[in-house]
Amino acid sequence: AFTFDDEDDELSQLKESKRAVNSLRDIVDDDDDDLERVSWSGEPVGSISWSIKETASSSTSLLEGRDSSLQKGSSSYAALPKQVSSYSLSSLFKGRNKLPSFQCLSDALSDTGVKNYAPELRRPKAEYKDYSSDWSPKDTVRRMQRGKVCSLERFRSLQDKLVLLDEAVAGHDGNVITAVLIFLKRTLRREILFRELEVRQVALCHLIHFLKETGEQKLLLDLLRFLDRTEEVALSQYREHLNIQDVEKRREFLKGCIGLPFSAEDTSHIQDHYTLLERQIIIEANDRHLETTGQSEIFRKYPRKASILNMPLVTTLFYSCFYHYTEAEGTFSSPTNLKKTFKIPDKQYVLTALAARAKLRAWDDVDALFTTKNWLGYTKKKAPIGFHRVVEILQRNNAPVQVLQEYVRLVEDVETQLNLATKYKCHDVVIETYRDLKDRIQLTAYKCKVERGSAEEEKINSILNN
Amino acid sequence: REDRGRSPQRDFHILFVPRRSLLCEQWLKEQGVLGSFIHREQYSLDLIPFDGDLLSMESESAFKECYLESDQTSLYHAAKGLMTLQALYGTIPQIFGKGECARHVANMMIRMKREFPGSQNSIFPVFDTLLLLDRNVDLLTPLATQLTYEGLIDEIYGIQNTYVKLPPEKFAPKKQGEGGKDLPTEPKKLQLNSAEELYAEIRDKNFNAVGSVLSKKAKIISAAFEERHHAKTVGEIKQFVSQLPHMQAARSSLANHTSIAELIKDITTSEDFFDNLTVEQEFMSGIDTDKVNNYIEDCIAQKHPLIKILRLVCLQSVCNSGLKQKVLDHYKREILQTYGYEHILTLNNLEKAGLLKPQTSGRNNYPTIRKTLRLWMDDVNEQNPNDISYVYSGYAPLSVRLAQLLARPGWRSIEEVLKMLPGPHFEERQQLPTGLQKKRQHGENRVTLVFFLGGVTYAEIAALRFLSQMEDGGTEYVIATTKLINGTSWIKSLMEKLEPAPF
Repeated sequence: AFTFDDEDDELSQLKESKRAVNSLRDIVDDDDDDLERVSWSGEPVGSISWSIKETASSSTSLLEGRDSSLQKGSSSYAALPKQVSSYSLSSLFKGRNKLPSFQCLSDALSDTGVKNYAPELRRPKAEYKDYSSDWSPKDTVRRMQRGKVCSLERFRSLQDKLVLLDEAVAGHDGNVITAVLIFLKRTLRREILFRELEVRQVALCHLIHFLKETGEQKLLLDLLRFLDRTEEVALSQYREHLNIQDVEKRREFLKGCIGLPFSAEDTSHIQDHYTLLERQIIIEANDRHLETTGQSEIFRKYPRKASILNMPLVTTLFYSCFYHYTEAEGTFSSPTNLKKTFKIPDKQYVLTALAARAKLRAWDDVDALFTTKNWLGYTKKKAPIGFHRVVEILQRNNAPVQVLQEYVRLVEDVETQLNLATKYKCHDVVIETYRDLKDRIQLTAYKCKVERGSAEEEKINSILNN
Repeated sequence: REDRGRSPQRDFHILFVPRRSLLCEQWLKEQGVLGSFIHREQYSLDLIPFDGDLLSMESESAFKECYLESDQTSLYHAAKGLMTLQALYGTIPQIFGKGECARHVANMMIRMKREFPGSQNSIFPVFDTLLLLDRNVDLLTPLATQLTYEGLIDEIYGIQNTYVKLPPEKFAPKKQGEGGKDLPTEPKKLQLNSAEELYAEIRDKNFNAVGSVLSKKAKIISAAFEERHHAKTVGEIKQFVSQLPHMQAARSSLANHTSIAELIKDITTSEDFFDNLTVEQEFMSGIDTDKVNNYIEDCIAQKHPLIKILRLVCLQSVCNSGLKQKVLDHYKREILQTYGYEHILTLNNLEKAGLLKPQTSGRNNYPTIRKTLRLWMDDVNEQNPNDISYVYSGYAPLSVRLAQLLARPGWRSIEEVLKMLPGPHFEERQQLPTGLQKKRQHGENRVTLVFFLGGVTYAEIAALRFLSQMEDGGTEYVIATTKLINGTSWIKSLMEKLEPAPF
């Protein structure tokens, strides 16, 4: 087949015939790599000598007026303004690798100006597009595996399509399987597609993965429902909440998730998630109001650094213990309300409350956390967590030594108690413990750790002397 | 598209590495920019050499795809990589494997060989055996904290493509008179591979044995530099000067690694590291794996990084063949309440991968596996190890143990235990053209290529290298994998992405 040059001003009257001839390409089996196209001058199109001849004889013209039907793989080039030499070796290799797409051509159109062009050594078209109508499913898959773009349109019957899919699966290349699936998705009725995939596990997994990646949520859910993979449906739908930024909408969405077929345990978590967000919205609105009106002292002293929305439960509890500690159980923002609603275990509650009150240096509150009245009316200190943990948290919040000491005294294990006391300089505790252990040596050694002339030193001396 | 408008002179090319993805192209097409690319090519990278005995595909998502999404495309590429390897180094006559993915890869290899008969080449086979191992045959090892020098560097700082970025303070050159006001702020980037003599010597040692090597090295280098005082003749001085670059390189290498060792020591001597390791070792030796663990609870309460928590609970689950429903629910509840309910999605992934799941059969297989394969060794010698368990200071990586037993005495002796591990085990033989069948000389080592499908840790690599250099080992190992991993990067790849996608 012959190609015509693109110099419209010379051949404008032949535009019609040019188009006709070039469109012959579609009919001719272009996949034959052996056919060389030869120009008028007898040089094979695309060869270096041909390109040199062409550029030498060309005048300035652009690729105007070419419409998409013409550009299928034909080698187009823009002729150069005469001043610019195009014979340099590098210019022979500059140029565009034409791909049969409209966008590419429009780029060529817009990209005018001084650009070195030569019809580059064109790759055989077979590399890019498959026009043959004769490849069997197996061969089609083979060609796709090698990276060649194949048109799958001619696989019209269901039978053909399924054979194609099975071949793709047998070939193991995920890219090919996905490509075939995209084609099937487009050309098969959904029910049929689902039904056929149900018995083809590998292809099914690929499709699910593909739908997840492309975010085709609706189709994915329909597929999962069809397969009765109910829990996955539930989780997949729940996942969508992450894409909703607006809190109100998110809350609504979560509410809708509650009825989904989660496992029993997960259902309660989803329920909690919804309830928590609902509460957070209320608390946030309320607190923002308090903050801006400046009514509440605590908000003035400790301005909030972030909103409570979408925070985890424990963080919310901490916030509540920090800003709303004294509120009665009835309000949404009170810690005791949170504890009750979400069934927060004692251990977690005490730890969180302790951390919050310690940060505020509210030592009395800390005290109250651990004090219980027994039936005789005596107070006693106990904790659902080890007192060494209490000490650690207090120390991290720079509690004064007197406060620390009180809790170090409550540590049950003597060795731990001693370690902590020494570490945090709770001298009285150390001294008393050594005294109780009747360890003169250690006690004497400890003297150097206390200040000279201090009350502690005196205490040590008096014990040693008795 | 914006870019195009800005610079119409520009050509846009796209190079897919390691391979073009139809999904990607589809999306580009939908965005209307596919045609703007002039060249669309792929640069096929299958197996990338990381060191003389280490190859990796660096496919981060391979484990997730194979075990969570049942997408075995990365295995296809592993098979292709192996075919390339065989084209270069000869057909591998024996293939052993354990696991579903291993079976799949072997099948593909055999099929590919059949379909390209022209690939029969006349190269003497370098590899005697190929061992394909599924990561899920040994889910335990990546979860434990590695204790080799290289393993710890990876755990703490993360080694990316043999490079590591370190906090710069310890690497600032000491200049007299400058008060340190010009401390570098950029992290110090170092390349780590066996081309560095000192590194090759210490990388696979247990960290506790590194200190003595470094101090010995310091003495040798000091002595070498002292030589300049003894050099009297011109000849001797000339010789000294010619050695100088090598000595300077050795000294700078020593300085770097001393700094790194100090950085690591700060971490390994911390209370938290010790507590964490203690719990890991308790689990691995089978202690109290069926109860809620106090340390884990404390860590959750103190809101330690989520991945650390996940590693520990997964470790407990694997060492217990799954957790009792009550224990599992308790952990899940605490995690969700502390870190957020959205993590339900990640927990679901971990269950699917078999890492954090309820005990189904009511039986715990792990103690049997542990005892039969001698996975926990009490009397480990970190300085002069005699067993691979030194890489975790007591725990012998299950995967490497399997490789070790395959070589000697063979898998027939552990049939029962193999059946307890997931997936089929098999043996295949590939025909070699006559004349290429190798007869090993007496004393010559066999060469085994171990391919980890789903990821491998540096500690496992160290363990295999240890086996290679054992006196009467009989086998040398080359390691290939889909990805170099550590517990943190591995778990991270299984976590659900919680931010909405950018598009």
